[in-house]
Amino acid sequence: MTMTEQAPPDEAAPPAGRPPVRDARAPRRGIRSWIRGGGLSTLVFLLPMLFVFGVFSWSPIVQSVVMSLQVTNLLDPPEWVGLDNYIAVLNDPLLGKAVLNTLYFAALALLFGFPLPLFMAVLMSEVRRGKGFYSALAYLPVVVPPVVAVLLWKFFYAGGENGVFNTVLGWVGIPPQPWLQDAATAMPSLVIEATWAAAGGSIIIYLAALLSVPPELYDAAEVDGAGIWKKVWHVTLPQLRGILFIMLILQVIATAQVFLEPYLFTGGGPNNATITVLLLIYKYAFQNSLGGDYGEATALSVMLAVVLALFSWLYFKLTDRWSTS
Amino acid sequence: MKSPAKAAIAGFAALAVAGALAGCSADSASSDDGRVELRVATFPPGADAAAYEAFESQEAQFEEEHPDIDVIGVEYEWEGPTFAAQLAGGSLPDVFTVPFTDSKTLLENGQLTDVTAEVEELGYTDKFNPIILAEVQDADGNIFGFPRQAYAMGLHYNRALFEAAGLDPDSPPTTWDEVREAAKAISDATGKAGFMEMSTNNTGGWQLTAATVARGGSTQEDNGDGTYTSTIANEATAAQLQFLHDLRWEDDSLGDNYLLDWGSINQEFAAGNIGMYSSGSDVYTALVRDFGLSPDDYGLTVLPTENGGGTLGGGDIAVVSPTVDEATKAAAVEWIDWYYMQKLLDEDAAVLDAKTLADSGQAVGTPVLPVLDRATYEESLVWIEPYVNVPLDQMAPFTEAIFEQTPVGEPKGSTQEIYALLDPLVQAVLTDENADIDALLEQADADAQAILDQG
Repeated sequence: MTMTEQAPPDEAAPPAGRPPVRDARAPRRGIRSWIRGGGLSTLVFLLPMLFVFGVFSWSPIVQSVVMSLQVTNLLDPPEWVGLDNYIAVLNDPLLGKAVLNTLYFAALALLFGFPLPLFMAVLMSEVRRGKGFYSALAYLPVVVPPVVAVLLWKFFYAGGENGVFNTVLGWVGIPPQPWLQDAATAMPSLVIEATWAAAGGSIIIYLAALLSVPPELYDAAEVDGAGIWKKVWHVTLPQLRGILFIMLILQVIATAQVFLEPYLFTGGGPNNATITVLLLIYKYAFQNSLGGDYGEATALSVMLAVVLALFSWLYFKLTDRWSTS
Repeated sequence: MKSPAKAAIAGFAALAVAGALAGCSADSASSDDGRVELRVATFPPGADAAAYEAFESQEAQFEEEHPDIDVIGVEYEWEGPTFAAQLAGGSLPDVFTVPFTDSKTLLENGQLTDVTAEVEELGYTDKFNPIILAEVQDADGNIFGFPRQAYAMGLHYNRALFEAAGLDPDSPPTTWDEVREAAKAISDATGKAGFMEMSTNNTGGWQLTAATVARGGSTQEDNGDGTYTSTIANEATAAQLQFLHDLRWEDDSLGDNYLLDWGSINQEFAAGNIGMYSSGSDVYTALVRDFGLSPDDYGLTVLPTENGGGTLGGGDIAVVSPTVDEATKAAAVEWIDWYYMQKLLDEDAAVLDAKTLADSGQAVGTPVLPVLDRATYEESLVWIEPYVNVPLDQMAPFTEAIFEQTPVGEPKGSTQEIYALLDPLVQAVLTDENADIDALLEQADADAQAILDQG
């Protein structure tokens, strides 16, 4: 088969641009016509990917659901305990704290982290020269390995007068701040670093989306006498609505699973002020009992996954009629 | 089929993936020449070339005496998560070491190999210090590892900072009040942390428990029937938390990082940023070898005791992976006996070990506690005296006083979980000036009892 050769159009294929809808009156396609239509070769072609996905993505997910109903020491055959692991997790006094902390992190991240990349992207799209340079600059933190970034920020956040941030504050007469060493400031400090680390990726996506906004709309707005902010409000934001919805749900899912920052910066402290759901899962699995509580760890993981899936479903239901797609 | 070529490519790709995955399977435990392959934990990743050199010599010495065993050194560092992953993945070394605290949990989980028969055959059972042997025994007295090294808690101090603060490094503090005074003097004179306490990854609970024991209290009572009663809300623990609170908020002598654990406090101490801290007496080797401490700056004394308090002990045990076959288990016991135990028992082995280590610049003579009886230990110190290369005179305040202190084992019930529960208490007094110590202790006590009741 050459590159120029094209498969004949499938009779049952819906017209382009419309979702496929099964027509009740149309006869069901037989297996033979499916094979004739190239179905088998498509399937064979898909097999390696299905295999890899099955082994490395889906099988661990299924295994963890199974494990959440068991007690295991990784040596002897696992013992079924029903919902005991779920009950134990729900009775843990730390769970409430971890959930509240996670929500707090997510709320702060939305407050700082969601508008900032959009704002930066809009500003950068207005720049006429050196756009590539600014994009690279904005994307740089994403390239830095996360663990290195955290170590770097540990220097910034160092307490006392020698920390980088505290030195800068000292120049303007503000006393040293405890940053990570105080229950009140620890979580916002983590969010600032996380925002810095993740903003670059979002900026690139927004920049790409901004390219798809038809320039005529801006021209029309200008003719109507709109300034830059009015153009952003009346043209840019409505045009980016679809991507904004997606970015919001992605951010909520990502922040609900925050682990790296609290683990590396504070270990969940001070006084459990930064313990998050994922950090709690880690502690169940590895820290508290050195492997005794895989069941509880996976039980909490499954609950988190279910909550996030429900949230995503609800979110898409609610926003369906507002989104552009 | 519509496109056989496309299908053939896809099929080939599927086969290639399957083949690659099949190639990941584990290898067998015996080598081609019939020798038993024994994978043994050696040193943590990142150890210096001298450590490798020393191990290579020891490996050659062992293999000469045991031609049927092929020893393979594996980089290894005990960590809960790594252990779990290696156990699940079948890639644990055949011989590795575990701290006492974690060995209890592994024992409860059934993740250690029973070596009772082997230890008895070697004739060690009666020679072990009974307090230490108890750390590796289950309720029926079965033995699950070889205690190879024990330590008592010590107060590590920086001699250079002591001098800078006008203190005499040869007369370190002997009471908690003197520790507080010295900490303030160091902090005022140098701007460094006079004293520092670990507080994360369960080390806060570990050190709070050690200080509680030193002040004559305990965090747990063993009821003798497999159940335990939490006694966290006691005067000694409250006194230690108040001590930390006062150093932090009244004296401002604790520096500005209150979220340190074993690794990071060692790093800070080796960098000269901490005047004093409490930790196991055997940490010198790690401080010098892994964290680059200048030996001249190091000082070690005992933790102050009061109200009839003792010193919390700890240590580690050499264990055999729970997944090995009988031949490998036998080889593993041979190795443990040769590598860890004989140097404690036999003059020739002790001298050979000390000489090998000293020749490659490894620390010899770090203060430990005897895992066997004290007489054997003191005799072994005489054997290796010519090879000792650590500054023993700077550790004299410890070595001269440690045998006067009462050794106390770590709490047995859910040890690490209770330590984890105590971390936030230490963090609270260090980061919140208005922390209510009594309320914190009452809450922790109730939470700990709930954990203990669950078993």
